[in-house]
Amino acid sequence: MEITLTVNGRAQALELDPRTTLLDALRDHLQLTGTKKGCDHGQCGACTILLNGRRINACLTLAAMHEADEIATIEGLAPPDDPGALQAAFLHHDGFQCGYCTPGQIVSATGMLEEARAGWPSHVSPNLEAEVALDRSEVAERMSGNLCRCAAYTGIVEAILETAEQERDVEPREAAE
Amino acid sequence: MTARFTMDETQPRLLDETAQGVIHEPMDRPEGRLKVTGCARYAAEHVLEGMAEGVLVRARVGRGRVSCADEEAVRAMPGVLGVYSDSRMLQVPAHGGAGTAPAQGPDEVRYFGQPVALVVAETPQQARHAAEALQVTYEEEPGDFDPDAAGTVDRPDKRALDQGDLDQAMAGAHRTVDVTCTTAPQHAAAMEPHAAVAVWEGDRLTLHGTLQMLKHNRAELADALGVAEEQVRILSPHVGGGFGSKLGISAESVAAALAARALGRPVRVVMSRQQVFETTTHRTATRQRIRLAADADGRLTAIGHEDRVYNLPGNAFSEPTAQSTHFLYAGENRRMAQEVARVNRACTGAVRAPGEAVGMLALEGAMDEMAEALGLDPIAFRKRNIPQRHPETGQPYSARALAGCMDDGARRFGWEARDPRPAQRREGEWWIGIGMAAAARVNLVSPSRARVTLREDGSALVETDMTDIGTGTYAILNQIAAEMLGLSPARVEVRLGDTDLPPASGSGGSMGASSAGSSVFVACRALRKTVAGRLGCHEHELTLKDGTATCANRRARLHELAASGALSEEGEFRPGTTKKQVSQASYGAFFAEVAVNGVTGETRVRRMDGTFAAGRILNEKTARSQCQGGMIWGIGAALTEEMVFDPRDGHVVNRDLAGYHIPVNADAPPIGVTFLEERDDHACPIQSKGVGELGISGAGAAILNAIYNATGLRLRDYPVRPEAILSDT
Ligand code: FES
Ligand code: FES
Repeated sequence: MEITLTVNGRAQALELDPRTTLLDALRDHLQLTGTKKGCDHGQCGACTILLNGRRINACLTLAAMHEADEIATIEGLAPPDDPGALQAAFLHHDGFQCGYCTPGQIVSATGMLEEARAGWPSHVSPNLEAEVALDRSEVAERMSGNLCRCAAYTGIVEAILETAEQERDVEPREAAE
Repeated sequence: MTARFTMDETQPRLLDETAQGVIHEPMDRPEGRLKVTGCARYAAEHVLEGMAEGVLVRARVGRGRVSCADEEAVRAMPGVLGVYSDSRMLQVPAHGGAGTAPAQGPDEVRYFGQPVALVVAETPQQARHAAEALQVTYEEEPGDFDPDAAGTVDRPDKRALDQGDLDQAMAGAHRTVDVTCTTAPQHAAAMEPHAAVAVWEGDRLTLHGTLQMLKHNRAELADALGVAEEQVRILSPHVGGGFGSKLGISAESVAAALAARALGRPVRVVMSRQQVFETTTHRTATRQRIRLAADADGRLTAIGHEDRVYNLPGNAFSEPTAQSTHFLYAGENRRMAQEVARVNRACTGAVRAPGEAVGMLALEGAMDEMAEALGLDPIAFRKRNIPQRHPETGQPYSARALAGCMDDGARRFGWEARDPRPAQRREGEWWIGIGMAAAARVNLVSPSRARVTLREDGSALVETDMTDIGTGTYAILNQIAAEMLGLSPARVEVRLGDTDLPPASGSGGSMGASSAGSSVFVACRALRKTVAGRLGCHEHELTLKDGTATCANRRARLHELAASGALSEEGEFRPGTTKKQVSQASYGAFFAEVAVNGVTGETRVRRMDGTFAAGRILNEKTARSQCQGGMIWGIGAALTEEMVFDPRDGHVVNRDLAGYHIPVNADAPPIGVTFLEERDDHACPIQSKGVGELGISGAGAAILNAIYNATGLRLRDYPVRPEAILSDT
């Protein structure tokens, strides 16, 4: 079948077997191999992408269902030679070892920070109504859908917290300008 | 030119004299930018022109023969290009370092899930559909599926030791401990599934693989295919985790190569997560009996460590469960023995720290029990039993900071605040306790080669077929070359994971950094000599820093010295007699605080610390990550990880990541890692030892010892499930 997918702001026409998952479409047809396949069953988070700004597992959905959607992958977060703040923080805090879960972690963290900003509570949030104060346990809880067998969790949490703090510092200033 | 070095005597600590100051520094991984931007390409991501897709078909019986596969029906399905069951296809993965093909022939089924055929089609969807549709009939044969009831049990001589008289020592001891501990089967479960893309040009094969030890893998693949090694090239520049499961080649490499040859097209074969669990190596379950005898002064007089493990019939590997028990503690009467039950389960093999990862759990739990029986602090008791010389061979030890690690860790963790009486601290539903365990892992090195080139522009290139499986190889080889040649790390390029490059040790057994690192060191030492010669001075007078060579009153930029042509040296490192002169291991100490819920039986690890000594630490950041990762593996072993096999046919019941529980982010507490300053002169010329497996070797025992302190429950079966807590409270 023919479909058009909009990935990282670019619409691209594809000829696909209707059984193709969104993950396989990205990896095999668009050569966007930054999105990884660790289980193909929604159990590891390596395939995390942003679908209309929200994080999902690309292995759990068919490409054919997403003609009208905005899809963002790791390749769309920042140019390869100029990593964004979160990516730089992962690098500095060694939030990875083998690197295989890493794009999924980073895309997931991007979506997670947005959820926190929007006030979504988590299982460990003390108050369902209040603004979310991201701390170690909030980040660990919200990132537990992304497995890392190298167990770089310490660095992952540090990288995300540092990025969240930087953003907090920047935002009020921007608002004041 | 080749500079050869064999480790027959200790070497000057040159890396402490050099001027660049980058060795040991917590440098970011040089390949890290590729990984965080999604640009690092792993094996399955080589989508080649005209590539066909292969899917392995799994046996659905536990033992038997394939009598018929209805290939015709499948061949008629859309897109199907072929069904292959070539007799060269593998039954089991190659054992780490084997260098020859493992058992071949897919018609004979030896365990449930064994690959019996490969279906190749134009697209992955078509191939998967056809592989599922392939009707295979079997002549089933009875198998042995239960390690406890197996009909054949081997007792390898190499694992047997009887020194003094253990029984007599036990009978006459002031205190004894005689306990049985069990550990569950575990899987490496690296995040990147096993994958291969094979392409032939004439009779030369290029395989994009995900493998840990390329020189051995190349020999294994050539042997399996019946071609010469020179016809095979393997590329594995990025490996998405291995932990032992990619030490030797597995089914996908050979199947992809055979199909690619037959079709005259590139073929990709990627294992599903389920296949990874079913047909790559896993760690055996263990049943371990530990006996300890101590006198009234708290000195051990006897240690017994007998264990039962399993593997497929005819497979040479058996978990070296008692590996560190041989050298860690004193006691003149000693007995070690092993039983290997032969069962029809997927092959067992090396998983991160084979031996210590499970053996230290049993030993360190028993040590905790003995300390309590003696009324001694667990650290004081262990320190009292650190032997002067290897209690079996009489060898002296090389650098061994076990006592220092325990003292340092205790101070950082606040050990003195511990109440040795169990079940004293309670917070609501939660019982709180702390525990410790020693860390120990034998140190290994193996032959390794690397080429270092000082290019005309004064930058350096390091080339070896070594792999980086997340261990930090790109970083540390860069740092060694940068330090030795006086260059900023940005001026050093490291190329790995290509069998066209000089053959390295490979990644496994925590030996990669020291072995491959030493080969780079040896090459650089030769280059320093050449540079000194060009300046007309002796290498001892030479200082290299920031691209400038200085000696006596002469001075030159490196690019000037290399202007007439790049300088290149191949370094070869070989283990030598220092290996036999001393007992070598990395050491450490683990500390854990747990909260155990009295209502639900859940155990949470609240914080964990480790202090380690592993010789020179080459990169403080990547070494720390390795230790943290290992300790989190320890949490998995202690609390959640268990492969379940069906006793009727040996199939893996929980063959995915929803059923096999590796620790997630929320399971990992804050983890402190400290390295003690150490140089091990006997280990290798860069005075480093293995660090990648040290962090797991005993970690889980600290958690179970903490559970005892929290609750008074002495649990000896890993992993600890909530019901084990509840059934005893
Ligand atoms: S590959 Fe999608 S969740 Fe694992
Ligand atoms: S970095 Fe290897 S799995 Fe996360």
